[in-house]
Amino acid sequence: MDVVVGQLFAGLSQGSILILIALGLALTFGQMGVINMAHGEFIMAGAYTAYVMQGILGDAGISLLIAIPMGFLIGGVMGVILEAVLIRHMYGRPLDTLLVTWGVSLILQQLARDIFGAPNVDVGSPSWLQGSVEVGGVALASARLFILALAIACVAALSAIIRFTSLGRRVRAVVQNRELAETVGISTRRTDRLTFFIGSGLAGVAGVALTLLGSTGPTLGTNYIVDAFLVVVVGGIGQIRGALIAAFVLGLLQSVFQYSTTASMAKVLLLIAIVIFLQVRPQGIFSVRTRSLA
Amino acid sequence: MAKTSQLPQKSRLLSLGCLALVSALALTGCGGSKVGSDTAAANTSSCVKTDGDTIKIGFLNSRSGTMAISENTVYAALAMAKDEINAAGGVNGKQLEVVAEDGASEPTIFAEKAQKLISSDCVAAVFGGWTSASRKAMLPVFEGANSLLYYPVQYEGLEASKNIFYTGATTNQQIIPALDYLKEKGVKSLFLVGSDYVFPRTANKEIKAYADANGIEIKGEEYTPLGSTDFATIVNKVKGAKADAVFNTLNGDSNVAFFKEYTNAGLKAATMPVVSVSIAEEEVQGIGAANLKDQLTAWNYYQTLDTPVNKKFVSDFKAKYGADRVTSDPMEAAYTSLYLWKATAEKAKSFAVPDIQAAAGGVSFEAPEGTVTINGDNHHIAKTALIGQIQPDGLIKTIWSSDQAIEPDPFLKTYPWAAGLGG
Repeated sequence: MDVVVGQLFAGLSQGSILILIALGLALTFGQMGVINMAHGEFIMAGAYTAYVMQGILGDAGISLLIAIPMGFLIGGVMGVILEAVLIRHMYGRPLDTLLVTWGVSLILQQLARDIFGAPNVDVGSPSWLQGSVEVGGVALASARLFILALAIACVAALSAIIRFTSLGRRVRAVVQNRELAETVGISTRRTDRLTFFIGSGLAGVAGVALTLLGSTGPTLGTNYIVDAFLVVVVGGIGQIRGALIAAFVLGLLQSVFQYSTTASMAKVLLLIAIVIFLQVRPQGIFSVRTRSLA
Repeated sequence: MAKTSQLPQKSRLLSLGCLALVSALALTGCGGSKVGSDTAAANTSSCVKTDGDTIKIGFLNSRSGTMAISENTVYAALAMAKDEINAAGGVNGKQLEVVAEDGASEPTIFAEKAQKLISSDCVAAVFGGWTSASRKAMLPVFEGANSLLYYPVQYEGLEASKNIFYTGATTNQQIIPALDYLKEKGVKSLFLVGSDYVFPRTANKEIKAYADANGIEIKGEEYTPLGSTDFATIVNKVKGAKADAVFNTLNGDSNVAFFKEYTNAGLKAATMPVVSVSIAEEEVQGIGAANLKDQLTAWNYYQTLDTPVNKKFVSDFKAKYGADRVTSDPMEAAYTSLYLWKATAEKAKSFAVPDIQAAAGGVSFEAPEGTVTINGDNHHIAKTALIGQIQPDGLIKTIWSSDQAIEPDPFLKTYPWAAGLGG
């Protein structure tokens, strides 16, 4: 029983990490259709933000809490710069965008290597996130609970923005029909830029959270970018709800596969499951219904 | 209507495209250790220049990538040995000139750079390598060019190339003594956790054979890809298996995630100790001593060893690189390897590879770990095995040691239970 609860928690935790890293991508890739390979490097930038904050402030607890908004800001600003300088010129050319952003991702990795050095750095966890909380005889790691809470908070905040604010309405309008949105006076340029800011900022937040689980290095982002794309593709292009469900289903599946087989085998089984799923339902869990004639 | 029906088509294409992309990306991470077959054709006549005042040697360590955390320290120890030797007059009257290359944690790059050091830099010997994958990738290069590699890290055994000198421990000087220690302490069951590559897989094969012969039950065996940081499930399995001890052959950054998870899950050294064979003083700093409190390690050298040679080694190292630096087994083995090469070259009065190979047997050196002697048959060195316990200050205290220096036996020929392990 302990093991079942423990595995369930491991799966939920894995799901919360997946949704954190994929949430930003669900916006930029899912809503805007931009294949941004540098998304992983925004995650890395967030992780290094946590490292730098800890270097400046010393105290692991305060620096973590400040690093979360800072990570959002830094990831977001990097995203806006990338959008304004490169991606803007390539809307509607997904293959070009893919190659260019991959190049950007390599440049950013090398930049991190030059600034922070090639060896990985260690970001200390605050004392209140070390150890675990006992729930019904099962020890749940505090750091993982924190990430779960952070993921839920991010999803809730993003859903609220999309649903209730005027920015959210504009984003939805642009996603459903860009030309029509433009004809009613929505500035698609500004909407695109803001969407990209939020999406990239969320990657930065994910990076801050990941420092609690492992070490931080220049290739941190590449370790997660594949999973992030998988979540968005399975969830269905253009849907946050889909990404949310996909992240937790994939997290739980991975935890079940890993428990019943091995870590390497679990990855194989997961990819096979995804391939089969996409054969049956190529549009992902959800798809946007649109009247667009495109 | 006809047009709207295109939408699913388009998204299917997009989805499949992404999937292809994603799998291509995943594959790039698993580049095998292919070594160009052209190495055999490499010229076997050496281009090493021995007529000047200097002699070139190569240092080949991962200065970047996942292994850099460990290999940078080996580089530092090698550089210190080089400076000491040069200050004392060099080798055979020649100053050492170092060509340093970055293996970048990639076996293929190790092979390429080794080839470069041998054929275009014309070095007399190369020092370095860490993972067994990197050594296996370099082996054909060194054999093809008939050059020399001094490899300073403990490894899984079952190898003895005449072109490699192994100055770290082989299994019968590290893993088997660790198992002997656990058996002595009454351990009846083990859980094996390792990174998914040559060393852990081979080491675990040997551990399982030992366990079979000694009535120890193996409760589980888990591997994770190098660099993996997701240990929630594995720690859960370890916890559920309730083994007496965990044998850890994880390498590099994975140890950070594993021990953070292990501690967070409420597991403790007192109830389920983890014996690690890849965590030395340097790694303890990166993982955090708090996460490793009282856990066990198996090595042949610790910074705390109380010998005059070691005290000088430690204080020289701190003077050169900073008081907060620590010394560890692979660093000591690397430092020793340069001195062993020096002693051999001076005994042979030559830098030529055949002369070094012929003179190597019986060459010994007063190393920080104690006196070490090269075994002329298998090119390993005799070492004393030490079990250590990690202290709150991050240093490791010796709590058990083998009675004497153990002769290297890379193929475990003297252990009946190891028959049939191959190699």
